[in-house]
Formats: sequence, C-alpha cells, structure tokens
Amino acid sequence: MIRALIAFLGWFALAGLNDVPPVNGALIADEGYPQRLSEFRFFLDDYAQTPNARVHSYALNTPLFSDYAAKQRWVYVPEGQQALYNDDGTFDFPVGSAFIKSFGYPADFRDPDGEIRLIETRVLLRREEGWVALPYVWNEDGSDAVLRRAGRRMPVSWIDEAGETQQVSYRVPNQNQCKSCHQMNGEIELIGPNARNLNNGTRLAQWVDWSILDRAPENAPRVPVWDDPADGTLDERARAYLDVNCAHCHRRESGASNSGLFLTYDEDDPVARGIRKRPVAAGRGSGGFDFSIAPGRPGESILLHRMISSDPGVQMPELGREIIHREGVALIRAYIAAMEPQG
Amino acid sequence: MKLLAAATLSLLATTSAFAATHPVEAGPDAQERLQIALIEAAPGDTVEIGAGRFELTDGLSLDVDNVTVRGAGPNVSILDFTNQQGAGEGLMVTSDDVTLRDFAVENSRGDGIKSKEADRIVYHNLRVEWTNGPSPDNGAYGIYPVESTHVLVDGTTVIGASDAGIYVGQSQQIVVRNNIVRFNVAGIEIENSYVADVHSNIATENTGGILVFDLPNLMQMGGHSVRVFRNFVHNNNTDNFAPEGNIVAGVPAGTGIMVMANRDVEIFENILSDNASINIMAVAYTQEFDDENYDPTPRNVIISDNIQGRAGYAPDFEGGAQLATALGGSLPPIMWDGVGGRIVINEETPAITLGLTEAGQSRTEAQPQPYAMRADVTDNRLDAVTLPESMESRLR
Repeated sequence: MIRALIAFLGWFALAGLNDVPPVNGALIADEGYPQRLSEFRFFLDDYAQTPNARVHSYALNTPLFSDYAAKQRWVYVPEGQQALYNDDGTFDFPVGSAFIKSFGYPADFRDPDGEIRLIETRVLLRREEGWVALPYVWNEDGSDAVLRRAGRRMPVSWIDEAGETQQVSYRVPNQNQCKSCHQMNGEIELIGPNARNLNNGTRLAQWVDWSILDRAPENAPRVPVWDDPADGTLDERARAYLDVNCAHCHRRESGASNSGLFLTYDEDDPVARGIRKRPVAAGRGSGGFDFSIAPGRPGESILLHRMISSDPGVQMPELGREIIHREGVALIRAYIAAMEPQG
Repeated sequence: MKLLAAATLSLLATTSAFAATHPVEAGPDAQERLQIALIEAAPGDTVEIGAGRFELTDGLSLDVDNVTVRGAGPNVSILDFTNQQGAGEGLMVTSDDVTLRDFAVENSRGDGIKSKEADRIVYHNLRVEWTNGPSPDNGAYGIYPVESTHVLVDGTTVIGASDAGIYVGQSQQIVVRNNIVRFNVAGIEIENSYVADVHSNIATENTGGILVFDLPNLMQMGGHSVRVFRNFVHNNNTDNFAPEGNIVAGVPAGTGIMVMANRDVEIFENILSDNASINIMAVAYTQEFDDENYDPTPRNVIISDNIQGRAGYAPDFEGGAQLATALGGSLPPIMWDGVGGRIVINEETPAITLGLTEAGQSRTEAQPQPYAMRADVTDNRLDAVTLPESMESRLR
C-alpha cells in the first residue's frame, strides 16, 4: 500500500511538475525508423539520464562484455500493460514495449561515477511483427543520438582503473548485426532480460511493483554474478559468463547452431559444452588445438584461444568485442584449469 | 485484349514492376553506403555494386529475402577486406532466395561469403580470393553456405582458403558446378549434407581436390546421396596449410577425391591425374568420438567410368611411402581403408584396400591388398539434383 502510494506520488510529481508528454508509444509500435532517439521521449533530458514515466533502470547479474563500456539499461512497458512471466523464465512483452541500452565510457575509470560520455544507444522495439533492433549514435555535443542502421566505427579512449590510457576502434553494430546476436529461430529475441539473469532476490519483485511484470515466482531461476566468488561456484560463474557472452549464438536455435558448441547455462552434454569437442568450421580460429576445451589445459583450449585474440578471423565473440576481457579470460582459464585432465 | 493487358500487368507487378535497383559506387564511406543498401533493399530489389575496389573495414550482411547483389564482374567489382577489423566473414547472408553474382571478395580475415539458413541461394560468377596465395593466415572458407535447402554454386573461382574453397555444410539439395578452385586446402567440401551434385568443376593445386565428409556431434549428420562427376581433378599437391585441429588438416597433400563417413556416393566420369597421394579414396572417420547417432564408415560408394592418370607416386600419409615401395614405387589410383562396405569399382583402374576393419584402427595394423569389386548398379543410381526453376532462371 505504501509502495503503491509512493509510486503514485512519484508519478504525480513527474506529471505535475513538468507536465511532460509520455513516451511516444506510437513510434515504438508503428512501422518506420525514427531518425533521432529523442523522438521516442524515453528521457526527460537531452542526454538520456532522466527517465520518463514508466521507463525504469535495471541491471543484470552477469552482463555481456562490450569493450569495457559502461552500460545503462532501461525498460519501458506501456501504461496498463505488463510482461508475462513464462514458466521457462523468459518474458513476453506487450506490443509497444521497449528496451533502451546506452553504451559509454567515463573519462577516467578511477572515477566511475564521473560523467559518462555516451557513444551509442541501442533500442529494441516490440512491434506487432516482433522485436525491431535499431542503433543510435550520439552526436559529438551529446545533444541527441541519430539512427545509424549501417552501424559505425569510431575511435574511443579512456583512462582505465590502473591509470593507463586505453584506446579502441569502437564498433557500433549495424541493424543486421543487432539481429544476428538477438535472433532465435529467425526471430529477434531478448538476451539479457530474463528471470535468471535479472533475479538477484529483489529485482523481479521490483519489476512487479513497477507493474511491468505480472508475477515474480519465489523459485525463479537465477544465474550468479560472474565476478563475485561469494555468489556461485567457479563452474556456475563460468557457465553464467559463457551463457551471456556466447550462448546468444552458441545454442541450437541461433547463429552458431552449425558449430555444435552450445553454451547455454543449463547445457549438460559435455561435448556440446566444448569438452574434448573438435572444431568444425573454426579455420585458423583453432589455433592449432584439437579441442574447444581440453580439460585441465586452458592453454590448449580453442575456446580460450579465441577469447584472447582480437583478430576478426579468430576472435570470439565475432561481434561487439575489439579488445580482450582480461577478467573474463581469467575466469574461463580457471574454469578449464579446474577440470580433470582426460586423454 | 483488356484481360490480356491486365494479366500482363499483374505478371509485371509480381516480378519487376516494383523492383528497385540500389547502385553503390566505390569511394569514401563505401562501408556505410553498401551496408545501407543491403539493409534498405526490399524483396525483389537489386543492389548493384559498381566497378572498382571497395575498401571495407567490417563485415557486410544481408537479411532481406529475394534480393540480388550484383557487380560488374568478378575482376571488376572488388570488395576488399584487407583492412577488415570486425566480423567473422566478408559478406553474411541470412535470408532466402538471394542471388550473389558478378563480384569479388578479397582477403577477408575470416570466411569469404557465408550464408546460413538461406534457402534457394545462388552464388554465380564470383571470385573469392586470398591474394597472397596459400597461407594458414587466410580465412577458412571461401564460399560457405550452411544449414540451407537448395544451394547453387555456379561458375565461381575460389583461391587460397585455409580450409575449403567451396564448403557446403549441413545442407540439402545442393549443386556445385562449373567452378574453379585452386590453392585451397580443400577445393570443394560437402560436409554433413544430403543430396548433392558436384560436377563440371576444375579442382587443381589444392591439398585435396574434392571432399565428401561427415563429422560427429553436429545437428545434421549422416551425409548421403552425393554425386561427384565430370570434374577435372588434377595436380592437387599443395602442402597442407590448414591450421591444426581442423579436420582438413588431416587431408594428405596429393588427394584427388576423398569420401569419409558418407553413404550412397557416386564418383564417375571425372578426369583425375597427378595427385601424388591418391586419385580417389574412401575412408572412415578416424578420431575418437562420443556420439551414438554417428556412423563413421563409408558405405555404398560407387566409382565408375573415370579417366585416371598418374597417382600415388608420393603418398603423404603415414605408412604411404613404405606401401608405395612395396607396390613397386607407387600406389594405385584408388584406395579404400577397408572399413564400412560395398565400395564398388566399375572401371579398369587398379585399387587397394588397407584391410582395416574398424573406424579409428591404427594404420600400422593395415593389411594392404589389391581390391576389386564390380557390381551391376544400373537399376540403383541416384537421381540428378533438381533445383527450383526460380534458381536456374536467376542465372540468365
């Protein structure tokens, strides 16, 4: 009751204070590709930091690595509607819903709360025919983000936590590349927002409180926070990392189905998980090694070899990573090293 | 008359009346302009690649059905990926009824052109090349359709792939014809696929000319019904330059046609010569595997009416040299490892079996002996692969 009251007051304050128009639901649901991010009115400010009504910020237990970019995630569900929680832990969102994800870098990672320079904002729009994925690239002056269906490549630099300057040729994906990661059985699907990656004990209930999700089962599945040893075993955390960073393609329904390497969190077939699995179409991605995972021998495992490469003909993931994720590599190295050697 | 005019109009409407052409010229921002054209093309449209060299930094992709991507010729319109920084292939196609013709892809960092779950795709008059010649640093596959039904690869040239020049995987109803494949590890490879015709190709200077393979632990297994005929398979003696770990890294240099773990394969009316290991071999998959649905053996392979030149004079596999010496200096043009069954040879060519009995058995246990088996198979031949007329008509 109190919660509802606060929510109501919050809405009242927003609506009353500025009398701002709500999110432009028609642009989400109807055909067409808005040229500017601001047209959707997801945010009250130009720089996409203050959400409009029914736009909510959220986080994930284990996120996708994207060249150390900081990410801001937002979800929008139209007034009076809710996503439906399916028994398998996926959600069905009503037409007119949207996900908004901004990528950017703080100038200096030693001050992570300092201002973030936004690079791009990707939106997923739920339309009658399914999800539509669009990439928007921020103007130099941060006044708006503009649709770039062909993607874009741009130099980005920042100072990392150790005080070193890092540089990357940052790649904004093109619209097809958005789909290539987000597709399952040919349709665009969500990757991050599902019960197990959202569920941190309170977040699902919060989505219900926001009235954007219909229910939050007590026994909802959960993947651990990949870099918190207190939150899961090494095996669980590695599986969570591989699920989020690889399994959008490496699953039976998606882009790497022909590889036979399937890395969803629940995959239990050892060969499908890569253990003593020989490469199929790896080319020089094999690095001269025989197996995706040589148990106990991370240095002879193709999976790790492809994580520590930035060569487009070798590296994995193929898209969305230009530099090496040192902490992710360390996790997978430990995961493979801990396996009992075979053969 | 009015009716006829109306009928003509409606016919036009379904074919070309609404089809647009999106011309893209070489020059600055080619990456963005070409990719935009590939995204904005509507079904029925043509993306026309102009003459010249398009310098590209990222992979291109097409996800719209029934689009033609057409250049001005495989030596005229060149998509140059020498400075590619991202994506696992040069061009990726994920939609149906696509035609790719009359252009070149050079020096992609990974695969050249890949199409996945792209039914009724036509590859025609293309060139995919790694211009530095054979090198393990080249991309894996030149032309790479996978998980597709109805595939036509016609009149292409592929040079320098570090795995297979033309690789068709986990697909069915396939025609690969009139192509030239040179300086690849495998010239043409049909893998885990059903119902394929591989004919009228020139495979030369590869490590192995034409491979018909099946591998375990994949979504589609049990490769079968493949006809390899009227190809010119000559001088495939390039040292194997595939990165270790890949199945083709085990293909001996000097291999003409190799069948592994498939059933119902016909090899006929090819011209094979100067393949230093062997002109034709049928073998089992030799590596350990854990997959109860996988059959590692070759079965029902019919070899007939080939014209066989010199072969087996420098065999590049374990024990090959000793075997050649024992046989008076060279191997016969045809070899079977002895595993599986019903390998029919309806021609005069000498053949040998290694006398192995199980997949994975060490070749040191081989008991080589001459092999001959003739059989009347006239009532039991594979039908020609017939593709939908809509595909053949796109060649015109």
